[in-house]
Amino acid sequence: MRYIPNTPDDRAAMLRDIGVSAFEDLLSAIPGNLRLNRPLNLPDGKSEFDVKSIMRSLARKNLNTVDHTSFLGAGSYDHYVPTAVNTLSLRSEYVTAYTPYQPEVAQATLQVIYEFQSMICELYGMEAANASMYDGGTALAEAIMLAAAQTRRTNILCPPNVHPLYLRVARTLVEPQGITLQPVPLRDGGIDRAALESLLNGGIAAVVVQYPNFFGIVEDISPFITAAQANGALAIVVADPLAMGVLEPPGSFGADIVVGEGQSLGNLQSYGGPYLGLFACKANLIRRMPGRIVGVTRDVDGRRGFVLTLQTREQHIRRDKATSNICTNEGLCATRATFYMSMLGPRGLASVGEACLHRCAYLRQQLTGIPGVHLAFGGPHFKEFAIRLDKSVEGFLHYMAERKVLAGVPLKWFGLRMDDSLLVAVTETKSLEDLDGFAAGVKQYLEGGK
Amino acid sequence: MQSESQLIFELSRPGRVGYDVPSTPREILAAQVPDLPRRKVPPKLPEVSENLVVRHYTNLSTRNHHIDKDFYPLGSCTMKYNPKINDELAGIPGFGGLHPFQMTNTAQGALEVLQRLSDALLEVTGMDAITLQPAAGAQGELTALLMFRAYHQKHGGRPRRRVIIPDSAHGTNPASIVIAGYEVTELKSGADGLTDIQALKSALSDDVAALMITNPNTVGLFESRIAEIIELVHSVGGLVYMDGANLNAMLGVSRPGDMGFDACHINLHKTFSTPHGGGGPGSGPVAVKSSLAPFLPSPVINTRDGVHWWDWNRPDSIGHVHSFYGNFGMHVRALAYVLSMGGDGLRAISENAIINANYLRVKLSGTYEVAYDRPCTHEVILSGDRQKARGAKTLDIAKRLLDYGYHPPTVYFPLIVHEALMLEPTESESRETLDEFIQVMLEIDREITRDPELLKSAPHTTPVRRLDEAGAARNLDIRYTAK
Repeated sequence: MRYIPNTPDDRAAMLRDIGVSAFEDLLSAIPGNLRLNRPLNLPDGKSEFDVKSIMRSLARKNLNTVDHTSFLGAGSYDHYVPTAVNTLSLRSEYVTAYTPYQPEVAQATLQVIYEFQSMICELYGMEAANASMYDGGTALAEAIMLAAAQTRRTNILCPPNVHPLYLRVARTLVEPQGITLQPVPLRDGGIDRAALESLLNGGIAAVVVQYPNFFGIVEDISPFITAAQANGALAIVVADPLAMGVLEPPGSFGADIVVGEGQSLGNLQSYGGPYLGLFACKANLIRRMPGRIVGVTRDVDGRRGFVLTLQTREQHIRRDKATSNICTNEGLCATRATFYMSMLGPRGLASVGEACLHRCAYLRQQLTGIPGVHLAFGGPHFKEFAIRLDKSVEGFLHYMAERKVLAGVPLKWFGLRMDDSLLVAVTETKSLEDLDGFAAGVKQYLEGGK
Repeated sequence: MQSESQLIFELSRPGRVGYDVPSTPREILAAQVPDLPRRKVPPKLPEVSENLVVRHYTNLSTRNHHIDKDFYPLGSCTMKYNPKINDELAGIPGFGGLHPFQMTNTAQGALEVLQRLSDALLEVTGMDAITLQPAAGAQGELTALLMFRAYHQKHGGRPRRRVIIPDSAHGTNPASIVIAGYEVTELKSGADGLTDIQALKSALSDDVAALMITNPNTVGLFESRIAEIIELVHSVGGLVYMDGANLNAMLGVSRPGDMGFDACHINLHKTFSTPHGGGGPGSGPVAVKSSLAPFLPSPVINTRDGVHWWDWNRPDSIGHVHSFYGNFGMHVRALAYVLSMGGDGLRAISENAIINANYLRVKLSGTYEVAYDRPCTHEVILSGDRQKARGAKTLDIAKRLLDYGYHPPTVYFPLIVHEALMLEPTESESRETLDEFIQVMLEIDREITRDPELLKSAPHTTPVRRLDEAGAARNLDIRYTAK
């Protein structure tokens, strides 16, 4: 029991002071038939050494994106995480603190969140950001709830080139409130503008667009935003924060709410979580924003300090009238993102974006002309694109996995009727050899290589 | 007086960089990059070198209280020690470097982690099936309510209308109820701090979808008549949910499944020691009885002949509540914790947590009013009424504790106790720490008579002193803009 300091003697002395003769006397409120009158059916506790061996042997059963080459994306990306981000984020002061309910002794957490909010506003070109949501999908669900409350309308237009799992999350979380998600037809992987415009009417609360979209295409989102707002609907943009060094931010096009997945801002891929839901909006929506917000104030001596603010929106004050049920969010992931953005600065972020653009363009070029490989869509891509293969996609993934390469995400998993396609992502971590290796691998596979 | 902390933005100088991106080979640079809506004005992120970033955030970190530094008796939050090995394991490439969409034959170790953790949590809760997907306790509550809704629709054709909660419930309960499309019916607690059975009976009808209740409840007491309460709700066709916030008192002692609950969530960031991170990430798995298993979020893990895979083909599933499978990094930590503690160790956690709380209760009861003065579980609620009558509010006591280096208890919650101070010492604290804390609490009480101003103007030694919270809301400044 290396995490429990009290010895049997301590316990005996404490029970004496409490005035009972045995621990069980403290359980008198629990009826006998509701007590577990047997030991838990779990193995005995193990030494740290043994725990580490067991866990490491489980870890060795996995291919991973650090020791092996990965082209997997679809919402989780292996952007490089500078060592200092890891080192700083392991500090107990950040890791083992609770939610900052006593601001006098939580200035580190509060100031980091304030810096985080400021940086997210800068990335997205928005006026306000909160202290984080669980992930991209739940952030989208919250944005939809906000839009419905703000417009008092219940229909949401969601094209299928928004991340399909985000849409599933949103549907699960908003449908019980009578909000419905309505699809929009696509053309060449992008939103069919005429179709979108014809679907807009007085019942539409919001239009959701993803930028770059699920297939990696950078669409011109400006007309969608304009059309939505002309119909009294809000424009919600799901945007990749890592693209904001090179792409015009959604705020410049007038987006009302921008959400996104902050994993790629210095967080581990970690099999899908913990990730970091980003949420930013225009100033007029702040009082409907979900989650925590930190603001600047002064202490009694006039020093600058930071506190949680606008808490009257939140569940611990407003209960059933709260804007959201969120309490615990993703504080440490937001902290890591803050460290990451501080290290990169505007130049670093632009350089990462440029590196992605070049590698993406290079790989697309290398794949063009290989018989049996087809680029699924035209249009500008940022760091990810879909390809169609003339042979089994899963066969290709197994072929590459044998060569310790994680080659892509099969689109057949997402119900998009693209069963012969896969999504390939390239970040700044891919070398010339990695990219050439991918092209050579797909060529050999299609030629029937073993 | 300590100096004012600078913002990272205030360290920025044009041209400083903290990170060099991998160089791009000539061949790649030659590729034709497409035309894009290029950003015209760069984001105003700070421009700072790596070493200055490290110094800034290292210095800033000292302005936090944290559990590695000292006692953190924050009731209902279970601020216990977070073993270091767990953080290390979650970061190794074989766990931290996994992609959610890699084929399951390349992620068998990850699925085994999830399977083993699931099995352990089912044994602890006495339930039949589980999802690890919810990212926090509040999301766990919501997930369970959505499953209840789906269950009622499947079995009665209608979701029903109301969900009952006690007036001592956490704020997340009513907020989750509304998001799940239900109305809140609040139940007044009895004078003994427990559910009032008569009040419950009169609130029940066939439009009640569920009762949500915390056990041990939010005043730190075990609901002795829980079996009867559950039967009453079942008798009108309702389901019963246990908020697992207080599971730290129940490990190997008593199980929600055996009490008759239909579903419960587990806060891995409380009971299973995954760190709080200044406000997350958490993890809120939901365990259910087999009647609710078909409605679990998809996917669920399936195993045959030692091979694991994700089963997405779940026609009655409520859908998906997280972008991927939940907070896997927390699942790794929680499994390592379960392996370290073992079955006997988990029981020892609850025994020590309960003894520590009762020790505080008895030692403080002469000076402070104990809200419900009888054996408590893992937390005890004091009322600051006596002290308030002598001129010091609970808030003043809390702020004065900061001067002694302690984090205060949870204050003004639950709402049903006047001037509440809710103390949860956890099993992590030693008898000496508790004795020192008790002495400080007694000393603060003496200070009220001796020097009331000392309390009203506390804290005095913290990095900043009392902050103008109303001013922050009035003059809203929630992002930095360069002067």
